[in-house]
Amino acid sequence: MVTENVSPGSEVHIEIRDLTMAYGSFVIQRDLNFNVNRGDIFVIMGGSGCGKSTLLKHMLGLISPTSGDILYNNESFVNASPDLRGKMRQCWGITYQSGGLFSAMTLAENIALPLQLYTRFSSAEIADIVAYKLALVGLAGYQEYYPSEVSGGMRKRAALARAIALDPEILFFDEPSAGLDPISSRLLDDLIVEMQESLGATVVMVTHELPSIFDIANNSVYLDTNTRTMIGYGNPAELRDNSDQAVVRQFLARGIAAPAEEQHP
Amino acid sequence: MNSEPPGFELVFDADGNASLLLTGDWVEGQKPAAFAILRSDLYSSSTHQLVLDSSRLGSWDSTLMAFLLQCHNYCQDEDIDFQATDLPTGADKLLAVATAVRAHIPPQEPSKPWLSAFNPARLAKEAVDNLSESLGFIGEVAIALTKLVAGKSNTRMVDFKNFCYQAGPEAFGIISLTSILVGMILAYLGAVQLLQFGAEIYVADLVVIGTLREMGALMTAIVMAGRTGAAYAAQLGTMQTNEEIDAITTMGISPIEFLVVPRMLALVAMMPLLTIYADLLGIVGGGIVAGGMGITPLQYINQGETALQFSHFFIGLIKSVIFAVLIAVAGCRSGINSGRSSAAVGQAATEAVVTAIVYLIIADAAINILFQQIGI
Ligand SMILES: Nc1ncnc2c1ncn2[C@@H]1O[C@H](COP(=O)(O)OP(=O)(O)O)[C@@H](O)[C@H]1O
Ligand SMILES: [Mg+2]
Repeated sequence: MVTENVSPGSEVHIEIRDLTMAYGSFVIQRDLNFNVNRGDIFVIMGGSGCGKSTLLKHMLGLISPTSGDILYNNESFVNASPDLRGKMRQCWGITYQSGGLFSAMTLAENIALPLQLYTRFSSAEIADIVAYKLALVGLAGYQEYYPSEVSGGMRKRAALARAIALDPEILFFDEPSAGLDPISSRLLDDLIVEMQESLGATVVMVTHELPSIFDIANNSVYLDTNTRTMIGYGNPAELRDNSDQAVVRQFLARGIAAPAEEQHP
Repeated sequence: MNSEPPGFELVFDADGNASLLLTGDWVEGQKPAAFAILRSDLYSSSTHQLVLDSSRLGSWDSTLMAFLLQCHNYCQDEDIDFQATDLPTGADKLLAVATAVRAHIPPQEPSKPWLSAFNPARLAKEAVDNLSESLGFIGEVAIALTKLVAGKSNTRMVDFKNFCYQAGPEAFGIISLTSILVGMILAYLGAVQLLQFGAEIYVADLVVIGTLREMGALMTAIVMAGRTGAAYAAQLGTMQTNEEIDAITTMGISPIEFLVVPRMLALVAMMPLLTIYADLLGIVGGGIVAGGMGITPLQYINQGETALQFSHFFIGLIKSVIFAVLIAVAGCRSGINSGRSSAAVGQAATEAVVTAIVYLIIADAAINILFQQIGI
C-alpha cells in the first residue's frame, strides 16, 4: 500500500522505525515507518488532530515514544544520552505551531540567544548576524520589538529567523504558514525553499496548505485519523494521482478526486 | 400557521424491513419525538433495513437533524441499512455532512466518585506524591545552582535583575500595609489581655518578639506567595502553552537553569530585605496601638529594647530564606507542569498559591519546634 519513494543517490538523514505514539493509554499513531533523505523537503500531512504535531514533538525528543526508534544519521536519538541529544539538537532549527518565540525577549534577543549559547562570536558580531537574519526574513529594523508587538505573520518569520540562526542541518516547521494571508504564506514558502537550497538543509514540515505541499515538497507522509497509522508515503503529486488510498487522493485534491463510495472506512 | 406536533410511525413490510414515516413539524417549540421510543421499537423488531419516508414531514430545523443523526448512529452500530434518501433538500446534505466523520470515542477515564475527594488514604498519597515531586524539583534546582557556581549555567543576569525588581521594590506597598496592620493586631490582641493585669507595657515585648520571630517573615511570605508565586506559575504556564518551554528545551537549555533559577534567586535575595522592612513597620504599627493606650513612644522603645535579641531577628531571617525557596519551588513547579490551555494556566496559579501556603505553614511549625528544642 505504501508508494516507495527512492530519489536516486540520496542518503537517509532521518529514519522513523516502527514508531508508536500515545498520550497515556490513548494511541495517537502506530507503526510509523519512513525515511527522510538528506536535502528533502519532507511534509507531514493529515487531517486536524491526527497527530502531526505529536509526531514532530517525538522527532524533537520532547515526548518519548511508546515504542520504536528515531534515527538521525543512523544513530538512535531515542536511546541517546542527554549530552548526545544536546549535540544532535544543536544542528536543528525549529519553529513551533504557536510560535515558541520567547515573549519576554525582543526579536533580536530571541535570535541572539542560540548564537550566544553555541558560538564564540562577540556581542557586536552577534548584533550584525541578528540584523542579517532579520533582513533575510524581511524584518530588518525590528530588532527591538517584542513578539507581542508584531503581527502573526511577522512572528512566524521571526521564528524562522531564530530557527536559521545557527545555519542548521535540519529545519523543523509546524504549520509555518497556517493563519497567514496567501501572499505572506507564499513568501514564507519561498523563504523556506531558499533556506533549504542555500543551507543544503533537510526540511521536515507539518502543513496542510496544498499549494505549499505541491510547490515545495518532494516527499511526504500521510497520517490517517481513523486507522491511526500512515496510509500514504511518497511524492505528494504522485500520491494525488496514484495513491491506492482514496482518502489520500481526496485530501490532496481538496476532496474532489475520489468518488464517495470509495471512501476509506 | 397551524403547526402539527412532530411524530413518527414505524411500518414493517412483509420481509420484515422497516420504514420510518416522519409526520408533523419538527421545529423548536414543539415537543420532539423521543428517539428512545424508536430505538426500543427497532431493537425489538430486529430489522435489517430502515427506509425513511418524509412524505408527511412539515417544516423542520435542527430538532429533526439531531433525531436523524441518532437514527444514523444507532443503525451504524446495529448494522441496520439506514436509507435516508427521501429527505427534503438541505436536510439530506446536512445529514451527509454530520455523518461524514465517525464520532470520536474518547479514552475511558477512571471514574472519580465525588466522595473520594475526602478519602484520607488518597489524600495522604497525593500529599506524599506532591512532596516527593517537589523534593525532586529542589534536587534539579540544586544541580542547576552548582552549575551556576561553576560558571557553566545558562542563567541570565538580566532576568535575575528584572525578577529582583518585581519581587522587591514593586512589593513594597502591599508589604507596608499588611505589616503595619499585623503589628497593630498583635498589639491590640496582647493589650486587651495584659490590661487585666495592669501589665500593658509588656505589649512592646509581645510585638517585638512576635513580629521578629514570627509574623514579619510569615506575613511577608504569604503576601509574596499570592503575589509572586502565582505570577511565576502563570508566567511559566503561559510559556508552556506558547511552546516556549519546548523551544528552550530543544535549544539545549535547561528550563530549570534558564527560568527557575533566576526567579528563585531573586526571591531569596529580596525576601529577607522585605522581611526586615516588615519587621520595622510591624513594630511601628504596634507602637501606634500602644500609644493609644497611654504608653509613650519612649517607654515603648525602651521596653521593646529589653526584648530585642539578635536570635529573634536571626530566626525571622532564616525563615524568610526558607520561605522564599518554598514559594519559588511551588510557583515554578506548578507553572512548568501546567497544561497547555488558559484554564490550565489558571489552575497552575491556584495550585501554586495553595501549595506554597501549605508548605509555608508546615515549614514554619517545623522551624519553631526545631528552635524550641535547641533552645533559642
Ligand atoms: N498533551 C496532550 N495530552 C493528551 N492528548 C493530547 C495532547 N496533545 C494532543 N493530544 C491529542 O492528540 C491528538 C493529536 O494532536 P496533534 O498532534 O496536536 O494534532 P495535529 O495533527 O492537529 O497537529 C489530538 O487528538 C489531541 O487531542
Ligand atoms: Mg498541530
